[in-house]
Amino acid sequence: MDLLEYKGKQVLARYGVPLFHGKEAATPDEAAAAAEEIGGEVVVKAQVKVGGRGKAGGIKIAANPQEARTYATDILGMDIRGHTVHELWIQKATDIASEYYAAVVFDRSAKAPLVMLSTQGGMDIEQVAAEHPEALAMLHIDPLVGFHPFHARRLAFEAGVEPDVVRQVGDLLATLYEVFTSEEATLIEINPMVVTPDRKVMALDAKVTLDDNSLFRHPENAELDAGSGGDPQERMAAERGLTYVKLDGDIGIFGNGAGLVMSTLDVVAHAGGAPANFLDAGGGAKAEAIVASVEVILSNPNVKAVLFNVFGGITRCDEVAKGLIEAYRIIQPTVPFVVRLDGTNDLEARRLLADANLPNVHPEATMDGAAARVVELAAATS
Amino acid sequence: MSILVDESTRLVVSGLTGREGTYHAMNNRRYGTNVVAGVTPGKGGQDVEGVPVFNTFREAVAQTGANTAMVFVPPRFAADSILEADDAGIATIVAITEGIPAHDELFVYNTLKRNPAVRLVGPNCPGVLSPGKANVGIIPASFFKPGNVGVVSRSGTLTYQIGNELAQGGFGNSTIVGIGGDPVPGSSFVDIIALFEDDPDTELIVMSGEIGGSAEEEAAQFIKASITKPVVAYIAGLTAPPGKTMGHAGAIVSGSSGGGQAKIDALESVGVRVGRTPTQVAAIAVEILGG
Repeated sequence: MDLLEYKGKQVLARYGVPLFHGKEAATPDEAAAAAEEIGGEVVVKAQVKVGGRGKAGGIKIAANPQEARTYATDILGMDIRGHTVHELWIQKATDIASEYYAAVVFDRSAKAPLVMLSTQGGMDIEQVAAEHPEALAMLHIDPLVGFHPFHARRLAFEAGVEPDVVRQVGDLLATLYEVFTSEEATLIEINPMVVTPDRKVMALDAKVTLDDNSLFRHPENAELDAGSGGDPQERMAAERGLTYVKLDGDIGIFGNGAGLVMSTLDVVAHAGGAPANFLDAGGGAKAEAIVASVEVILSNPNVKAVLFNVFGGITRCDEVAKGLIEAYRIIQPTVPFVVRLDGTNDLEARRLLADANLPNVHPEATMDGAAARVVELAAATS
Repeated sequence: MSILVDESTRLVVSGLTGREGTYHAMNNRRYGTNVVAGVTPGKGGQDVEGVPVFNTFREAVAQTGANTAMVFVPPRFAADSILEADDAGIATIVAITEGIPAHDELFVYNTLKRNPAVRLVGPNCPGVLSPGKANVGIIPASFFKPGNVGVVSRSGTLTYQIGNELAQGGFGNSTIVGIGGDPVPGSSFVDIIALFEDDPDTELIVMSGEIGGSAEEEAAQFIKASITKPVVAYIAGLTAPPGKTMGHAGAIVSGSSGGGQAKIDALESVGVRVGRTPTQVAAIAVEILGG
């Protein structure tokens, strides 16, 4: 679960991470009021879960509340790399002496937390790693040992942190590591972490990603994602307990098992088509889940044809067929369906579909054949 | 031969008394797997269709000589159950549970790493099947027959798809291993491919990977350095957009890492043939084996 900047800062604030004063705003009026209350120059920042906000024009410095209102009007509703801006964070503007970078990352390859520190903050860290590797200190931490002050000192001296702030930087790293483990984060990135002219080390920005699977231990964090936008189809699917990801194409996809569904997307693309979604109905899906899936797939107006690609293991193909027949009765789809069912009870499933004789449903025997067919049908309807 | 599970497997099931646990454990027993015990705290002394239930893994091991564990308990209890199985001296632990917190998996991985005698498969995996010998997990065994192709996969259904196509080409399997779709799997491609290399019954290895992480790239380096048997690969998720988790918690392209094409390039650069569809994978395997 990616958090918006200001929600991530709420988590960091609980642990005493030094932050600049700010307020959230969802309207130009609220932005102006926030700027008034904070006083002086403020930064108006788009709150979206994607990088590159500054370059896209989503971050502006306002000299007074009137300017804050103007910028808020411009930025709210703006599209930043596919994410619509619904919220702003209004933060006190600050003078900066140095920009650093700090992060704690769940490094799945090394199977250990990775702590990173650089004196080249404010830019893309992958670029720093490529162009100035000497300016980026990295250290894997044994999770059974934990993060200790000597780790912090090693990172600070290796990165070339200015001597007078080594202790503050080390303390901040230790706090970030504590947040990472206590809140079960998979990423905490502070870019930039700034040194102010009066030599205070503070977090100017924050990117926090929490592990969804751990939310049962952190009920207070589950609410941090509420109302943070998101795609309407994805919300609808989540409410129905389906794993759904919206994509840009026009071919609706239904399948079982994450790997097979990913593979189905690839095979459709390979056949010249463009999938409209990823949908994994999971193992053992019953008719009810199939009906819900068809509802979600067809709620995307771009869908011109649908592919059912199922290999039944725990999932029984006859249940999938019954679900599809039920979905036809309830929803009465107008787009063509291509159906490929293999595995557990596939013969019974094919018999059920043949008997039902649904309009515009095309059975196919193989995955590749089904992909080619659905691409052809989607092209014919456009 | 085969790897990980066979006629000598003596299986203890954590979560045997749950609905899913009972269903799949009994399926495994019907297949011929020697299911010797269950563990459910507080239900010691009961039995499930004749399989004795114990309060602890230690008791189950002492009473039944169990050497393999299947973990079927809900996510919040799963890490504890895996650690308990390890503590009781179980050598092979297969964790089916999906949705275990990432930090729990990290702790389990780094703890088990200190015990070279233990092997964890999963979590979030369909299990391990050695056709004709033993089935531990939820793989539908009816699609597979004994043979000489070893399969290791991050995905369950994709394994069934590839296995079924191999069967249609006339080939069976030594062992099928689902390593699972989570970010911190107990066993990697490298671990399982190494076991297949040493297994005399395995003549060809099929690895089915997907986007996210770098396990496939690591496997490519390992294959180059240490593997003599032919390997055929598949990578799912080539067309998935960056930043979106595709069903499996581990299947995500983040920044410049985890992309599908880089994995294919890494594998092909060390001589591994990569099928562009599951059907192609089976066709290449059949071609190499002389079908």
